[in-house]
Amino acid sequence: MRLSVDNLACRRSGRRIFSGLAFALGPGDALAVTGRNGAGKSSLLAILSGRLRPDAGRIDVDEVGEASLPECLHAVGHRDGLKSSLTAGENLLFAQKLLGAPRLSPRDALEQLSLGHAHDLPVGYLSAGQRRRVALARLLVCERPLWLLDEPTAALDTASQTLLAGLMAAHRAGGGLVIAATHQALGLDGAAELRIEASAAPEPEPMEDWA
Amino acid sequence: MTRAIVALIARDLRLAGRVGGSGALSLVFFLMIVALVPFALGPDLNLLSRIGPAILWLAAVLSTLIGLDRLFQADEEDGSLELMSAAPVPLEGVVLAKVTAHWLTTGLPLALASPLFGLLVALDGTAMGATALTLLAGTPALSFIGAVGAALTASIRRGGLILAVLVLPLMIPSLIFGVSAAQAATGGTVPFLVPLAVLAALTLIAAVVGTLAAAAALRWPE
Repeated sequence: MRLSVDNLACRRSGRRIFSGLAFALGPGDALAVTGRNGAGKSSLLAILSGRLRPDAGRIDVDEVGEASLPECLHAVGHRDGLKSSLTAGENLLFAQKLLGAPRLSPRDALEQLSLGHAHDLPVGYLSAGQRRRVALARLLVCERPLWLLDEPTAALDTASQTLLAGLMAAHRAGGGLVIAATHQALGLDGAAELRIEASAAPEPEPMEDWA
Repeated sequence: MTRAIVALIARDLRLAGRVGGSGALSLVFFLMIVALVPFALGPDLNLLSRIGPAILWLAAVLSTLIGLDRLFQADEEDGSLELMSAAPVPLEGVVLAKVTAHWLTTGLPLALASPLFGLLVALDGTAMGATALTLLAGTPALSFIGAVGAALTASIRRGGLILAVLVLPLMIPSLIFGVSAAQAATGGTVPFLVPLAVLAALTLIAAVVGTLAAAAALRWPE
C-alpha cells in the first residue's frame, strides 16, 4: 500500500499541537516519528488510526482496494488492548477473528516472540514486558500492511527489542509499512525520520474557540 | 463482519464468566431486591401479589445497572476500543454486539428466573407467565438505553452514579408499559396485548436509537 500525508494539522482541547506535517510512504518504507514529550507523536498515530479527526490536511491511501485506512493497519500503543482475565491465546484468537485476514495461529505468533509458554496463562499473570510482547504478537496473527507502533520498545528487554527489529524487517521485506513513534533507535534500517517540532510557542486562543 | 460481531459477543460472554465479570451478579442482586420486599411489607399475600409485577420490574431495572458502567469503560481503559475501531465493523456493530452480550448476561437470565422469584411475592401462574413475557420483551430496551449512558460516561472515572442518574429516567416508559401489561394479564379492562405491543415497540425504538446514539457518543472527540 501507499500512504501519503499532506499538510496535516492537529488540535486538541483548543490548542494547536502541530501543523504542516507531510510525508509519503511506499511498500517497504518505514518512518520513525521523533520529538520531545508532548510534541504530538501519539496524536499523529491517533489521527492515522482514525480515532482523532485532523484539524486540517489530507491523508491518502492507495493500492489497498476498497479498504479504509483503519482497516489496513495494526496499532500497538501504550495501552495493550488485552483483557487480563483471558489467556494470551484467547486474546490473540479474538483479535484474529475481529480483525480478519488471519496469518499465523496465536500459538505460532507467541512462539515467534518466544512467549509460547504463556499461551494458556491469563494475561493478568504476565509482566509488563510480556504483556507488550503479547500485544506485539497481534501484529502476526492478522495480515495488515501498515504497522503503527507507539513506543513499541517500552518495557521490552534487549533480546525482545532485537526480536521486534527482526519482525519489522521481515514485515518491510514483504512490502509492509512501519510507522513508529519512538525515543530510541529501533533498528529500522533506512527509515525516514519525521521530527515533530513545536511550530512556535502555542499562542493563547480566545476562550470562545475552545472546543 | 458477522464473524467479527460473533467474536465480540463470544468474548464478552466469556469475560462475564471470568474473574471480575458480572456474570451471575445481576441475577443475585435481582433476587436480593425481590426477597427484601416481603420483609419490608409483612406477610400480606394479597398486597404482595397485587404489587408483585411492579416489584419484579423495579428489581429488573435496578439490576440492569449492574455492570453497565463497565460496558465500554473497561474497553476504553485497556485500549480494546482502539482495537475494535480498527475492525472491519462500524462502531454501531460493536455497540450492537456488546449490548447483545450484556442482555444475554443480565436481561435474559432475569426474565427466565422471574417466575421462580415471583413465588416470593405470591404471584399466581398467569401473573408469573405474563411478568416473564413482559421482562423478555422489555429488558432489551433497558440494555440499549443503558448503553447510551455507558458510552457517554466511558471516559469518566467513577461514572456509575452519573450513569444511573442519566439512564433511569429514560427507562420509565418501559417500566410503565411492562408493569401495566403484567397487570392487564391478571384482570382489568385493558387487554394484555395492547401494553405488550407498546412495550415491544419501545424496545425496537431503543434498539435503533440506542445503538446509533451510543456509537456517536463513543466517537465524540476527547
